[in-house]
Formats: sequence, C-alpha cells, structure tokens
Amino acid sequence: MNQHPQGAAPPPVSRLIDEFHKLPGIGPKSAQRLTYHMLRIPPEDAIALAQAIIELKERTVLCSICQNVTETDPCGICSDDGRDRTLICVVEEPLDILAVERTRGFHGLYHVLHGVISPMDGVGPDDLKVKELLERVRGGSVREIIMATNPNLEGEATSMYISRLMTPMGLRVTRLARGLPMGSDLEYADDVTLSRALENRQDV
Amino acid sequence: MPRPRVSTTPAIVLRQRKLGDADKILTLFTANRGKLEAVAKGVRRSRSKLAGHVEPLSHATFQLAQGRSLFIVTQAETVESFTPIRDDLDRLSRGLYACEILDRFTETGEEHFELYRLLLDTLRRLSVRDDIDTPVRYLEMQTLDVLGYRPELDECVTCRKQLAAVTNYWTAAAGGVLCPNCRPGELSVRPVSPNAIKVLRMLLHARWSDVERITIDPDLAVELERALLEYVRWVLERDVRSAAFIDAVRRPRRGARPPVGPVARIADA
Repeated sequence: MNQHPQGAAPPPVSRLIDEFHKLPGIGPKSAQRLTYHMLRIPPEDAIALAQAIIELKERTVLCSICQNVTETDPCGICSDDGRDRTLICVVEEPLDILAVERTRGFHGLYHVLHGVISPMDGVGPDDLKVKELLERVRGGSVREIIMATNPNLEGEATSMYISRLMTPMGLRVTRLARGLPMGSDLEYADDVTLSRALENRQDV
Repeated sequence: MPRPRVSTTPAIVLRQRKLGDADKILTLFTANRGKLEAVAKGVRRSRSKLAGHVEPLSHATFQLAQGRSLFIVTQAETVESFTPIRDDLDRLSRGLYACEILDRFTETGEEHFELYRLLLDTLRRLSVRDDIDTPVRYLEMQTLDVLGYRPELDECVTCRKQLAAVTNYWTAAAGGVLCPNCRPGELSVRPVSPNAIKVLRMLLHARWSDVERITIDPDLAVELERALLEYVRWVLERDVRSAAFIDAVRRPRRGARPPVGPVARIADA
C-alpha cells in the first residue's frame, strides 16, 4: 500500500490535480474541482476523455504545406484542387483559419505561423513558421500574401516583418483592412483605428 | 492618509500580457506613481472600448480603480499613439527596446517622474528622427545615471588617472573605462575609441538639444550600441530581449551584419 501523509490527497488524485494545474487558465482550486469531478463521473466517460486526448496527440500532425493541424498530410484545404493556389492567407493560429473560412469569402490557401513576433517575450521570427512560408513562396506560383494577423502591435510587427522579407521577392503583400467593428460606437473609437478607417474609406 | 480608490494618471503602456479569456494585464509607466500593473478587462473582444487605447507604446490618460490586488482600468483615452513608430519596423524595434529598458530597470511603485519624461521624449524623438539609434543611446545612458549606475568616463577605473585620447578599454564589470596600462588580460574588455568616449560623455552630461546635433557614423554607432548594451546587461544581470529583435529587423534590409550580443540569434531567413 502506498504511504501518503495524513490529510493529503492520495497520490493518484494529487497526480491528476498536478496535471490539470499545468493547463492554461486552470488554478489550483479549479484543478482540485476537476479532479474530484472526474472521481464522480462514470468510468466510461473518464476513459473516453483520456482516449480523446491520446487520439488528439497520436492522430494529428501539422500539414507539411500550410502548418495547420490536420489528420491527413497535406490537409484538406491544401489538397483541394478548387482553391486558388496563387493566394496565401497568413494567420497566427489554426483557429484563425476557422474564422476566415466562416466568411466563405476566401478561396485561396493558408499558412499558420503558430505565434506572433513578441520582442519583449523573446519570441522572434525564428520561433515562428516563417522559414516554411519562405520555402512555399520560392516555388514561384504564389502571387499575393494576405497578412491576417491580429490588428495589434505584435500582429502588425509580424506583418511588417514578413512584408519586408517577401516584397523584394516580387510578391504583393497585403493585410486585412483596419476599421470600425460592426455595432460599435464612433465616440469610443481610438485614434489609430479611426484614422485608418478614414484612410481606407470606401464609396457608399 | 489612504490613497483614493479611483485616480486618474497619464501613463505609457510598456507591455501587456494575456489574462484569462478576454482580459489583459498592462504594465504602465505612470507620471506620478512610477510603474504599476493594471487589469484591462475585456480588451481582447473586438468591440472593447478600451482595446485601442491600451496597446504597448500608447501614451494615454488612465482612470484606475484600486482592486483587491491589482489596479483595474476603468477608462482610457489616448493622448499620443506614436503612429510613425507603429508603422515602421525599425522605429518599432527601438520603441519596444526603450520600453523594455524602463520595465527592467524599475520596480513597481517607485516614483520616477524623470524617467517617465525621458521615455515620453524618447518616443517622440523616435517618431520624427532619421537617426533612431541616438535617442535610444541617450535613454540608456540617462536611465543608468538617474538610477545610480553612471559609468566612469573620465578616469581609469583602476589607477584613477585621467584618460588619454587613445584607444582605452570598456569594462561593464568594473563600471567604466580602463586605461591601456591597467587593462588586465583576464577581464572581458572591449576596445573603446576616443570618439566613442567623447559621445558617451555627451550622452551622460549634455542636454538633448546638444546631443541631437551630433552626427554619428555607422561604425561608431555600432561601437556605442555594443558598449551600452553590454553595460545594461551587466547591471540588469539579464538579457534585454528586444535587442535581438533590433538585430532581426536589420537583417533582411541591410544584409548580414554581425549580431550585437552573445544571445542574438542568426537565422538563415
């Protein structure tokens, strides 16, 4: 029998608490609650969760072309002949692809950087999938790179950096327009957004 | 007397980090309370009224409420957004470096109005000047001076003799310049030219209105950058991360130039 200090959780329990605690946004209290919840649920539910985590790790890879998370390599989008291969939309995270796809307005290919340049956190271009993007572009069939990084300082820095790399290669590098979100209020708009919205104004 | 629960202060956003699903913790350099951390709630949602005012490098007026442990931003309105810095990779890299220097050198709660002014002036200079390195060198030297880390630039740090106008040696570990006679073989020292010492003295003693008139050729600029970065790293006992970014943005434009410090990385990009 395993010995553990009186009043402390038995080792299998404290081990799961430790594992939950490693997850983003999970503090020590939430980790305990989740663990004791797992104790109460039927064994098959707990096994299904464990199995799902194992499958996630065993059955997904990064697409060797666009770096998106996929079950097959190349991924569904990269192997779809109906898509425009001269356009690449560059995003920070795999979830951003889902957001762009929801618009149904884009029919090109994607490239996932898996992060964004963040100088003060020590994340530089070499920590992102920038080299892979350069390789794709060297193939020659790409005409335009659409930067769809987040419109904040780090996203902009990443866009400018990639533009500085790619423009000399004769590529057109564009980025998503900045402006006022639907349903917002002019009065509260910051001047960066408002001045960019003015610059890029459109005919009604 | 206890501090009031809500206060208004101008501040520069040094950096931000994510908190939970939609919030961010801002590191603010305020005019009258020094550096402090404040939670900006909901700023990662696209309709946030605060989001555009709390980006790093923004100079804004903040209304802060005292929360249980951190301040909470209740309102923010931009005073200056330094758009030219945001729109140019070279200026941006210097601006972020300036913010990181002040972040690393100060502790929360220490009042430093001088450094607040210095950072604000540096960001304004970075917005308009062609030479964007000298304002950063001035910020480094002035910060070292204000906080009591002024390097010795007039006498040899060992023998205390006046420095001659010859190649001397720069040593962060001994706090300044060594004359050729005192240069010990085992210490990590780098040669420092008479011109570099002249400029370093100006950065330390002169007003900006005089400093801004000097022209610094590229080789001298590199010498000054290396010397001051080495000194800053030694005082901080850690790396300044955005220095690597300054190197990274130089690379694609001007081709290969050796990185400034031992931790700067070279990519094959």
